[in-house]
Amino acid sequence: MFDNVWLIPLFPLIGFLINGLLGKKIKNETVIGSIGAFAVLCSFIVSVMTFLKLIGLPAEERVVNVKIFTWMTAGNFNADIAFLIDPLSCLMLLVVTGIGFLIHVYSIGYMHGEEGFYRFFAYLNLFVFSMLLLVMGNNLLLMFVGWEGVGLCSYLLIGYYFHKKSAGDAGKKAFVMNRVGDFGFLLGTFTLFWFMGQTHNVWTIQFTEMAANAHLLPTGGIVTVITLCFFLGATGKSAQIPLYTWLPDAMEGPTPVSALIHAATMVTAGVYMIGRMSYLFIRSPETMMVIAVIGGCTALFAATIGTAQNDIKRVLAYSTVSQLGYMFLAMGVGAFTAGIFHLMTHAFFKACLFLGSGAVIHSMHGALHHIHSHDDAQDMRNMGGLKKHMPLTFMTFLVATIAIAGIPGFAGFFSKDEILWQAFANPLHGSLNMLLWGMGACAALLTAFYMFRLVFMTFFGKCRIKEGAEKHLHESPMVIVIPLIVLALLSIVGGYVGLPKLIGDVVGGIPNYLEHYLEPVFANANAYVKANLHSDHHHSHALEWGLMGLSVVIALIGISIAALLYLVNPELPKKFTSAFPVLHRAVYNKWYIDELYDFMIVNPCKSLGNFLWKGFDVLVVDGLVNGVAHVVMAFGGVTRYLQTGQIYNYAWTMAFGVVVIVGYYLFK
Amino acid sequence: MDNLNNYLLVSAVLFSIGTIGVLTRKNAIVVFMCIEMMLNAVNLSFVALSRHLGNLDGQVFVFFIMTVAAAEAAVGLALFISFFNNRESIDIDDANLMKW
Repeated sequence: MFDNVWLIPLFPLIGFLINGLLGKKIKNETVIGSIGAFAVLCSFIVSVMTFLKLIGLPAEERVVNVKIFTWMTAGNFNADIAFLIDPLSCLMLLVVTGIGFLIHVYSIGYMHGEEGFYRFFAYLNLFVFSMLLLVMGNNLLLMFVGWEGVGLCSYLLIGYYFHKKSAGDAGKKAFVMNRVGDFGFLLGTFTLFWFMGQTHNVWTIQFTEMAANAHLLPTGGIVTVITLCFFLGATGKSAQIPLYTWLPDAMEGPTPVSALIHAATMVTAGVYMIGRMSYLFIRSPETMMVIAVIGGCTALFAATIGTAQNDIKRVLAYSTVSQLGYMFLAMGVGAFTAGIFHLMTHAFFKACLFLGSGAVIHSMHGALHHIHSHDDAQDMRNMGGLKKHMPLTFMTFLVATIAIAGIPGFAGFFSKDEILWQAFANPLHGSLNMLLWGMGACAALLTAFYMFRLVFMTFFGKCRIKEGAEKHLHESPMVIVIPLIVLALLSIVGGYVGLPKLIGDVVGGIPNYLEHYLEPVFANANAYVKANLHSDHHHSHALEWGLMGLSVVIALIGISIAALLYLVNPELPKKFTSAFPVLHRAVYNKWYIDELYDFMIVNPCKSLGNFLWKGFDVLVVDGLVNGVAHVVMAFGGVTRYLQTGQIYNYAWTMAFGVVVIVGYYLFK
Repeated sequence: MDNLNNYLLVSAVLFSIGTIGVLTRKNAIVVFMCIEMMLNAVNLSFVALSRHLGNLDGQVFVFFIMTVAAAEAAVGLALFISFFNNRESIDIDDANLMKW
């Protein structure tokens, strides 16, 4: 049925091998770029075919394991190279390969003339390959291979400009923080495997088998431990508190990388993983609460930082962290569909925003280069008034911004509102719901504010770029603009696949396609909720309408404040910052979290490392080894005088030895 | 003919003479000949025992020992010639560079 799904990850792998091994010889940018993009396009086509085949099946048959070959078997442990095709993985396949293809096309234009062009495309293909393994793997181990692979590619691509120290440092930071999370992932895997095997004799790491045996698991207890371990992995990969600080730094990489890896796909891996094992997470109320609270906190916290950043990509980075927080909030309140829905819409509009910002930076960079200025091309204080120079970029950017701000009719509104509603109405967390909803709503206000602040500072007002550079600003080439337009269109229509039932009923019974589509994946978790938790009171439609209206009002307030501060009266922000200097400095410096981590973890670790190096390694370990050598040398210094060089000494010794040995056997 | 002890006695005497020669003589050629004598003493006891026990293995061994002895003679004499070229001596006391 799905015999050809192995082609999906194979194409990017081939692309990686060709560009990685031969790219240096090919040299021609068009050829290299086309190979990279074409490989992902092929994957996308196969993914679409797979998707069509899948929705052709009846709903209950939509979970298919496709085994390619046995990977390893050891005792009770068995791992296959096998792919899981179900609605969730299929959706992710479409997102990863679809957006991946657009970004590859964009990169051909954006990376034009860069040194190591082939390297970039090789890494990008490798990333897509790893991400596809992560998404399609039907067991935890294969997923982990992809999980590590995307981390590696992320590291390689953040450090793409490796001659810049900041880029190298950012890459290392991302890698180390991810490793902390990966450690949790592994511990979770081991514990789950061991526990299921020891207590129920079910030795498996395969998702479908785990789901089938999930009813054996207790509620809470060991499951809380397991799921918290997995969640630690998710916080690392998906940049949640406390492991989020690597993502803003990851903006050191080229902009297409930020769009593909650090906004649309890789960072959503944690959300995907929770969705994939929803039946496990739902069985631990404590973990669900932790996820919801951390998601809510991250959404709010990152949004506050986003309000005061001046680097255009940094604002988007904090926005990404914040939006990921929303997804975790959704996962934590048991609204798995809503979380995946937001994952999808966010991939559309955030990829569009990043690519748009890339186009702006590209243009700014070119213009500043023309007049030999060393101003920062990413600093929004140098921008302004770009609307008339880059009309297409502006239009697409505006659409995506409206989508993320949560204006009705655009993709972001439906998914974000669904999450807020679920945070308010879910049966899991009782009185905590108000708090969760409150955090989400505040974050929504801030999101609308900082996103429109970004738009106003970049595209509106008068141009603040250095004199003489303005006439060099220009619209980007078509290869850059077309992906932007496609993504902007997706940011509009993408939301209608998951129309809330409330609105769907009003406009004539349009069902929530996404919810029906994803139903088989979350059936297990939903059945558990239905059996074990019953929401005591039904919320009325009026309340849902009210909250929906409220969130629209919130978004509009955010936009108005941004307009007031940055459009109508550009002097106001300065007055504001001088009125609250401490607050502004704290927010501008990201609440000093990096400094706090340096102080609490990094520096102690460094000191410990130094101590172990100079104290333990040099003194104890080296001392031990060198000591042994010295003892041997001293002993040898004495005994070497036995070696006289006189042959008859040796001969006598031998003869004497023989006599002694023979004598011993004769007379014993 | 059948008295094994006589053969073994001769063999032991030859071996002892060889050993003492190796240990006491300074001339490398003499030392070398003494070694050959020791080998042949062993050969003698091998052959005698082989005949006594009616087992041919011992005689096979003797062939090996003779082969080895021949090879040893070739290598050893070559070494001594080269040694003599360098030191103008074949006194084994002079071959004393390999020490501390």
